[in-house]
Amino acid sequence: MSLTAKDKAVVKAFWGKIASKADAIGEEALGRMLTVYPQTKIYFAHWPDHSLGSAQVKKHGETVMGAITAAVGKMDDLIGGLSSLSDLHATKLRVDPGNFKILSHNILVTLAINFPADFTAEVHVAVDKFLAALSAALADKYR
Amino acid sequence: MVEWTEFERATIQDIFTNMNYDVVGQQSLARCLIVYPWTQRYFGKFGNLYNAAAIMGNPMVAAHGKVVLRGLEKAAKNMDNIKATYADLSVLHSEKLHVDPDNFRLLGDCLTVVVAAQLGAAFTPEAQAAFQKFLAVAISSLRRQYH
Repeated sequence: MSLTAKDKAVVKAFWGKIASKADAIGEEALGRMLTVYPQTKIYFAHWPDHSLGSAQVKKHGETVMGAITAAVGKMDDLIGGLSSLSDLHATKLRVDPGNFKILSHNILVTLAINFPADFTAEVHVAVDKFLAALSAALADKYR
Repeated sequence: MVEWTEFERATIQDIFTNMNYDVVGQQSLARCLIVYPWTQRYFGKFGNLYNAAAIMGNPMVAAHGKVVLRGLEKAAKNMDNIKATYADLSVLHSEKLHVDPDNFRLLGDCLTVVVAAQLGAAFTPEAQAAFQKFLAVAISSLRRQYH
């Protein structure tokens, strides 16, 4: 399910619209994931507070969303562009790649809430494909 | 037996009581057919599903989206007995419609996105958790009679 030229254009245009709110989106998506899928908290067992609004969720949400935003510029070669992040997730963090889908779903929900008019069905499918391709690139070095 | 908290019960009743079935039904099914195009395999008789605009404007999609939501409403009205409530529906989806049950989750995800867009910030993480738990139970009940 590879990204077409149209998918890339739609993602880039939409990301331009959400750029100013990217940090908040990252924070909310991460916070939602930890609440709605509590098993994901195991990767953050060292945090004192997993709720939306905590300093850890805010900072880490921004980190993750920053990397996703950077990946928007790397859509022509996600596997190459995410190579070192993939190494990190594979060898050090060892996050089960099934969780990438879970975070992606919560990013979509967060986008729908914050950009109800712009998050059309066309944007939805393009962003879903982008996040899926990104997740695959992130899992590339796992084995 | 599924255990529901007071918050979960209230959240589900709230969502369904205030839902615009026309809009949410149409939007959810249309999004499912657009975002996961392989689901179109079940709607060969629905006419023009050629592109997103056609799917969004298709009256059969709109009508059927509402049918699906009314089905979920049945579960919302029988939260302590969803399994029994859905027994016949489950047989229908397995024996007559031959729907791959993995697709139920895809439609559920699209419904979650549409409800989120409708409710905005009122769709808190806790409300989302309650709604997704409800959908998971409905889906599990719908899968139950498959063999």
